[in-house]
Amino acid sequence: MSERVPSFGEELERLEAIVRALEDEGVDLDDALKLFEEGVERLKSARTRLHEGELAVKKVLRNADGTLGTADLDD
Amino acid sequence: MGGLDLFDTGSPGSAEGALSVREVTRKARLLVEAGFRRVWVRGEVSGFKAYKSGHWYFTLRDAQAQVRCVMWRSDNARLPGPPEEGTEVFVEARPTVWEERGEFRLTVRELLPTAAGGLWQLQLERAKATLEKDGLLDPARKRPLPPFPGRMAVVTSPDGAALRDILSVVARRWPAVEVLVVPTRVQGEGAEEELCAALERVNHLPSIDLVIVGRGGGSREDLWAFNTEGVARAVAAVTVPTISAVGHETDVALTDLVADVRAPTPSAAAEAAVPDRAVVREALDAIARRMGRTVGARLSVADQRLARTADRVTASVDRIVAARRHRVRELAARLDALSPLKVLARGYAVARTVSGDVLARTAQFRPGLPFRLTLADGHVDARVTGGDV
Repeated sequence: MSERVPSFGEELERLEAIVRALEDEGVDLDDALKLFEEGVERLKSARTRLHEGELAVKKVLRNADGTLGTADLDD
Repeated sequence: MGGLDLFDTGSPGSAEGALSVREVTRKARLLVEAGFRRVWVRGEVSGFKAYKSGHWYFTLRDAQAQVRCVMWRSDNARLPGPPEEGTEVFVEARPTVWEERGEFRLTVRELLPTAAGGLWQLQLERAKATLEKDGLLDPARKRPLPPFPGRMAVVTSPDGAALRDILSVVARRWPAVEVLVVPTRVQGEGAEEELCAALERVNHLPSIDLVIVGRGGGSREDLWAFNTEGVARAVAAVTVPTISAVGHETDVALTDLVADVRAPTPSAAAEAAVPDRAVVREALDAIARRMGRTVGARLSVADQRLARTADRVTASVDRIVAARRHRVRELAARLDALSPLKVLARGYAVARTVSGDVLARTAQFRPGLPFRLTLADGHVDARVTGGDV
């Protein structure tokens, strides 16, 4: 089982926070530009995830020792 | 009847012709089975007992009589649960004699309650009442579904249409999610136990955000496992939000009442489980626009400010440069005034030795000494010729 990637929801929340911070006139330009750069990166990765083509489907199996494992659905 | 002589009239009074107990009970059994075949019997259930073997034993009675009944596991397994003690039922049975006990009894093949809704309804209401009592149907228990699941489990038959429907909807809407199918039988013998085990297994899978449990439509009997108290409790015990999707629009199962969300069909469950990426794409576009707009605006403000600053910088540099230039000119002028070239220009010359020492006194000019005369426009190499000065 692969390591869990940061959740899309968290990513989206961070993006919202960045936009709100950018819209806050109190943030100085240097910080704003850093936030902007971060935002652009996150947007890029979020959009990439949206375009992930193949749905990953596994089936859960019980191993002989009682632990759980996964296999391809069609096996 | 073949060669069987049921009415053994040969020697009724003779001790020699006495039947063994085994023989008479066997004859009685054959006689009863031949005489009745299959019958429908109506009566009230009493003394019900389900044995570990799965067989049911009970008595049917009415005001005047009673009869012992057995319903084998292979027959009662089709039923949702045992009949309620004291209720009236119809049984389709084969009368027989249990030889070991010399007991007349009915072998029940089918059992139908006469009460409204039947045995199924009765079982359902019974299970519902216990769940209700334990607070499992409390709407306050319902958890919200995570908006963007990263990994979800689907508890269903690996071969069913339900799984195909769910996977196709999820693939279209949100392929970023990982789907773990927990295979289980959803109907027939063992379905209840397998469903419970599969649901329990979900709790051991890492990072699961939600679970869909369900199956496609079917007969009431087909859907029955989802109406059992055991499976309903297993759904309630799942540690992540649950979506129950059993059958078609009209079927409502017990698991629907316990799950956090009830979906009318497996496809609808998939739609509830994952967001639509088209909608999310729009949300991302909106964020991108806001980011671009706000940063654009701030940059143009900063740009103007920078331009003004640059103007000021240039002006002050100009002042500095001008001041420097003036000072350089001043110094140059003073340097000019101090320069010995000015003196030479008036017709004087400087005499220096070859090594550059100035020859300022006559005593220094020894006969034969080579020296260099520097004038305003260059120099002349010379030699002392005279003896005396």
